[in-house]
Amino acid sequence: MTAAPASVGPLAAIRRRRVADPAFRWVLLGASLLVLVVLALMIGSTTLDAIPVFVSQGIWSFLTGTTWDPGFSRTEITGTYQAGVFIYGTLVTSLIAIVVALPVAIGIGLFLTNVAPRRLARPLVYLVELLAAVPSVVYGLWGLHFFAPVVLKPAAQAISGELGWLPIFAGPVIAFNFFFAGIVLAIMIVPIISAIVREVFAAVPEAERQAAYAMGATRWEVMRSVVLPRSRPGIIGATMLGLGRALGETIAVALLIGGGTAINASIFQQGESIAAKIVNTFQESSPEGIDALIALGVTLFALTIVINLAARLIVRRMGDVSGEAVA
Amino acid sequence: MTSAAPVARPSLRQASGPARRRAAFSGAMNALLAAAVLLALIPLGLILAVIVAKGLPAMNWEFLTGTFNFSRRESGGGYLHGLVGTLYMGGLAALMAIPAGIAAAVFLTEFPRHPVSGPVRFFSDVMTGVPSVFVGLFVYTLLVRRIGFGTFVGAVSLAIIMLPIVVRSSEEILKLVPGELKRASYALGARRWQTVLSVVIPTAAPGLVTGAMLAVARALGETAPLVLTALAANQVVFDLQGSGQSALPLLIFREARGAFEAGQQRAWAGALELMLLVLVLTVLARLIGARRPAGT
Repeated sequence: MTAAPASVGPLAAIRRRRVADPAFRWVLLGASLLVLVVLALMIGSTTLDAIPVFVSQGIWSFLTGTTWDPGFSRTEITGTYQAGVFIYGTLVTSLIAIVVALPVAIGIGLFLTNVAPRRLARPLVYLVELLAAVPSVVYGLWGLHFFAPVVLKPAAQAISGELGWLPIFAGPVIAFNFFFAGIVLAIMIVPIISAIVREVFAAVPEAERQAAYAMGATRWEVMRSVVLPRSRPGIIGATMLGLGRALGETIAVALLIGGGTAINASIFQQGESIAAKIVNTFQESSPEGIDALIALGVTLFALTIVINLAARLIVRRMGDVSGEAVA
Repeated sequence: MTSAAPVARPSLRQASGPARRRAAFSGAMNALLAAAVLLALIPLGLILAVIVAKGLPAMNWEFLTGTFNFSRRESGGGYLHGLVGTLYMGGLAALMAIPAGIAAAVFLTEFPRHPVSGPVRFFSDVMTGVPSVFVGLFVYTLLVRRIGFGTFVGAVSLAIIMLPIVVRSSEEILKLVPGELKRASYALGARRWQTVLSVVIPTAAPGLVTGAMLAVARALGETAPLVLTALAANQVVFDLQGSGQSALPLLIFREARGAFEAGQQRAWAGALELMLLVLVLTVLARLIGARRPAGT
């Protein structure tokens, strides 16, 4: 912004003697680099500790095997560590969450940007955002001791009763299961997806919407034929950010998923997610068991980072959308 | 084109069968969209109602001031150690993350074209998506393995969660500071650091405070990273390192899973306490942020 003065004279001499500005600049640069350093350390430090586990198990069998049998050594890897069950649990719960949350979040976004009068929209935005402020452990407690037994269990039994012949809905409905964890996850990611989707819908050029209205389109037709097609990349990006959040969500899932040790086809059976496995067993683990949990964590990180990178690139291409609300 | 005299026609929307059907369909879809909002607000209402209904009866003076000095299956005692731990670690984390985050955001707005700025912006976004349990694992491998569990390492993990949130929200706010204000400051002979510290930051202050408070609110509710770093404590702990530390979310998590009725009641009261803390911060942050920044 400040160009160097053209004349070389006393002013330049004064400028050279000044150290405050360059020092200030270095401090700011250092703070910025901190973000990159922390991220790099994060990847390096955990991967380093996880490598012995990956090496002893083999990447492929670590990712696809279904046996988790920790050993008790301090110095080497003696147990069998295969993450298939946990990866499956993570994917199933996140998928349930996305399938349930996405239509609701899109509906909220459309309502707040295209239907609701501004006076109504603003307080509703605050309320939906409050949903994002509820701590994960509170969701877990509420889900475990109220929502799952009182609301979800009857619903699950009804679904299982009607559609139980489908393997994924097969009964009986266990007290902890993928379905409960997935639905509570859905509630947690609705505000995240709807916040981005709302920005995306608001970024649709007003002229295009007005043009559609001028052609006689109804409000819904404007949304369906102008707003939604325009917003497709943004919706995809928002979905992936929501998915990333669902994959990494820990405490609520840990309380609801039940800690199963086998792959169950039915969503009404118990299972285990990667993140839940880590917090559920960390405090009782042997040294090599902790290394195995770190390897699980690295797997989870790789999964979420790929999805996040892709989502950020897509959302970023949308230009006007900051995605700030996701923070 | 033969232009006949305009015949008075009814509005297109009312004219024919299809038009009426379209309007009705549109109305039905609007109602459906409104239902989506309701569907999201029902859980919010249920969460608040159930926490108050179950937490309030268990909330009393003993809960607020007591700790665990007896068996967990008995009723009585309280979460004071959790509250202290939460505020202690949250405060330390804020001291670490907020100045660094705002400084980084100033860099991004003052030097938007610097080669470092683009990557920092992008990876801050990416970092907000890193699972919090992974942040816990990271701090475990980097610090806990060397200096053990405790308040400080717990605070570091919370700070790492707060940092990218502070960077991104602060940058959005700093970008709104009018260029004229900065140029006026330069015209008066102020240098860049003087301009930033005495013009830019004061102008953006309400927004910066909002972003920082939201980040703190988010961090106070985190559980997973603390399981791996702060571990646990049964009494109030003021040591920076050397012994485990407790926190409200840790206690709620442990007693929510427990089989004891008394423990679950304490967990509800703890959830009420934690929600109040987080909601007060969130609402205060919004109120401060709703004030228009000076000079706009």
